[in-house]
Amino acid sequence: MTTLNSKVPQGPIKDKWTTYKENVNLVNPANKRNIDVIVVGTGLAGGSAAASLAELGYNVKAFAYQDSPRRAHSIAAQGGINAAKNYQNDGDSNYRLFYDTVKGGDYRSREANVFRLAEVSGAIIDQCVAQGVPFARDYGGLLDNRSFGGVLVSRTFYAKGQTGQQLLLGCYSAMNRQIARGKIEMFNRHEMLDVVKVDGKARGIIARDLITGEIERHSAHAVVIATGGYGNVYFLSTNAMGSNATAAWKIHKKGAYFANPCFTQIHPTCIPRSGDYQSKLTLMSESLRNDGRIWVPAKIEDAKAIQEGKLKPTQIAEENRDYYLERRYPAFGNLVPRDVASRAAKERCDAGYGVNATGEAVYLDFASAIARYGSEKAKVQGISNPSKEVITELGEAIIEAKYGNLFQMYEKIVDENPYKTPMMIYPATHYTMGGIWVDYNLMTTVPGLYCIGEANFSDHGANRLGASALMQGLADGYFVLPYTIGEYLADDIRTGKISTNSPEFDAAEKEIKDKLEFFVSNKGSHSVDYFHKKLGLVMWNKVGMARNEKGLKEAIKEIQDIREDFWKNVKVPGSLNEMNVELEKAGRVADFLELGELFAKDALERNESCGGHFREEYVTEDGEALRDDKNYAYVAAWEYTGKPSEAILHKEELEFKDIELKTRSYK
Amino acid sequence: MNLTLKIWRQKGPQDKGQMVEYKVTDISEHMSFLEMMDILNESLVAKDEEPIAFDHDCREGICGMCSLHINGEPHGPDRGITTCQLHMRMFKDGDTIYIEPWRAKAFPVIKDLIVDRMAFERIQQAGGYISVNTSGNTQDANAIPIPKKDADLSMDAAACIGCGACVASCKNSSAMLFVSAKVSQFALLPQGKVEAADRVRNMVKQMDEEGFGNCTNTGACEVECPKGISLENIARMNREYLKASII
Repeated sequence: MTTLNSKVPQGPIKDKWTTYKENVNLVNPANKRNIDVIVVGTGLAGGSAAASLAELGYNVKAFAYQDSPRRAHSIAAQGGINAAKNYQNDGDSNYRLFYDTVKGGDYRSREANVFRLAEVSGAIIDQCVAQGVPFARDYGGLLDNRSFGGVLVSRTFYAKGQTGQQLLLGCYSAMNRQIARGKIEMFNRHEMLDVVKVDGKARGIIARDLITGEIERHSAHAVVIATGGYGNVYFLSTNAMGSNATAAWKIHKKGAYFANPCFTQIHPTCIPRSGDYQSKLTLMSESLRNDGRIWVPAKIEDAKAIQEGKLKPTQIAEENRDYYLERRYPAFGNLVPRDVASRAAKERCDAGYGVNATGEAVYLDFASAIARYGSEKAKVQGISNPSKEVITELGEAIIEAKYGNLFQMYEKIVDENPYKTPMMIYPATHYTMGGIWVDYNLMTTVPGLYCIGEANFSDHGANRLGASALMQGLADGYFVLPYTIGEYLADDIRTGKISTNSPEFDAAEKEIKDKLEFFVSNKGSHSVDYFHKKLGLVMWNKVGMARNEKGLKEAIKEIQDIREDFWKNVKVPGSLNEMNVELEKAGRVADFLELGELFAKDALERNESCGGHFREEYVTEDGEALRDDKNYAYVAAWEYTGKPSEAILHKEELEFKDIELKTRSYK
Repeated sequence: MNLTLKIWRQKGPQDKGQMVEYKVTDISEHMSFLEMMDILNESLVAKDEEPIAFDHDCREGICGMCSLHINGEPHGPDRGITTCQLHMRMFKDGDTIYIEPWRAKAFPVIKDLIVDRMAFERIQQAGGYISVNTSGNTQDANAIPIPKKDADLSMDAAACIGCGACVASCKNSSAMLFVSAKVSQFALLPQGKVEAADRVRNMVKQMDEEGFGNCTNTGACEVECPKGISLENIARMNREYLKASII
């Protein structure tokens, strides 16, 4: 059994990373040429890692299931990326970013990792600007910032509502330069189906060419997993349709511990669902909460009338609106962290104040922002006594410049004009803070196997702050892994090429081929999506925004039943040696059906409410989450032993030396 | 609503394809076009038939994966959107909808509605980057002020999602809008100027080698582009190319 050693360097928190870098083992440039590294996933974490490792001289093989690295789901991140640059002179610093992140994560993250993240955040912005990322600028030509939830400074850099896209295109361009040099060998439309261990170390992967169906063996001296989160376990989420947990789950089954699976982020501002046919949910960036005000009708009869379509939001007078976030959390108002905002929306909707036909929606209103910006602009333009129409026109132009693409996206989906009537929003699964357990080096419990970005668990605790996912992905890939992987690879300079003709590769390949063979030959009765939707419903209803012991126990049983049914009755048309989309989905859903159970088990074991994990039994008198630091200030890292129900819990106790543990308050 | 679909089916790259007719019923106007396709595919699986392969991923108009030619238009009958953002309210009961893959020599069909867009990858690899290594010591991000106008124009060009609608809409199957967007993004920024001449020469050379047609200023690409990439980028690329050829 592996013991959990986080390998956090000694010394004061401010010096840890510097001291580490000064003392870490290095691999000389000539030797790097003899070392191969596999990177699975090409989003911000994987893309930046692949490019940086190739620049250093390692031979990189990168894998993506899409037809180009540029299409990884990091591309859909809208609002921005945090960095403690303090360009706004509003009191920001590395320490404050560190503090906000630990507090925002409800004190369930590892201090040393978070401090390092804050420390390298500034360099990320420098690097991206040097790559040609067109961040938003002010009229003086300097970089502009905006605010995100859970903080009191403006430290978020952005490129319209497409920040993730621009940062990913930055990584992608860095990758392209290395692909052209032959230092990255790119495998598009390939899916990793297992990791291969030789002598206890990760030495390669088995992948399927999604065009030909061919099963391939790839060897390397180290393997990096950067395949994102597992939000699609809910079926409906803001993740891409193809986003999956297969790589993470497969390495878990081969010995990598899975940490805090129950820490999942339900994002407060998504477009509500409209019907059973729905295939995914769409996020409206948190940046909208800079200018939008969230409300529901104050009177229950108004809410009923709206639900029945008899009343319009614009007909409700100001005094009859309940701006519940501003009411409950005066200090942070509409910019409370995501977990708090989501729960508050659910609370109002459960009480009957929801504002669409399903009763599961609240308003996000820009009318006051439009009026405020419009008046300001009129003054700047020297228009005296501007009419209401002029103010609205000027204000709408400013809102359009800031959020135009989001408003357009909303209008296309909902068929309503959000400039004229408030948006309707509701929480949806968005991000997973939990993931593969890693030490300070970002190495899993399997030697030579690394996990970076959303796929690991390390930096966000029980709740992630907005605009921090992009920061973490790029920090891991550009500035952390390239150092820490050298520590391990320094011992591999004499190893030579790893052969794929070994019993270990044979066995891994056979196991995969057998399973794929089973899928296409099983004479089942239901499609893969049928099972995925069933799983998603259980997860959302019983392991979603609010959880309790009874529901979690039922969920575990129900997931086991769905899984059993799946392995009997799943139907996969087509054959193995061709492009077969249903076959790809079958493998992914098989893994979600196991992960979902561990997720519920973890939620059941954690008898406290913290961050995105809300247990109805553990609440304060005024309905806020009640943390239990005495008994649960640890990372729950699960070891696979054959079945999710038999997973063994290992605890990494969390120490808070630099931040005082206290109740999180945004009031 | 009830619809008749005529969809391109093609087993593999070497096989001959054909249009096949399907019927779908009870389609809600609030569904997205791809959700309608999901329903069709579920019904095919139920009948033990192979579902129709089509590219899609983020389903929010940003990954650039989806690529359907619907009733003769890339991304169908709406403006400023990708196929995944197209909603069934754009159609009416009883309509017949023709669904085909992108058609271009440089984008061979892989299966059904999926095409191979590797040509775009190779063009980007030929020069779609700034040669800067990862370093914690690059100069401060605010060291070089960039006029807001240039930064905004650069961002407008960088908004390209690489879907290939420009090629599919062009009677010459030209990739000029795609290539010029990347060239423009960098040419407008001080960081990109250092390698501007080599970049435009190399990317254009690769574009020509991939078998894309030439630009005849028809402007269909700009009309169909889901991200509103402007034809001005093509003019800018031509200027950059001319400049690079004279030096």
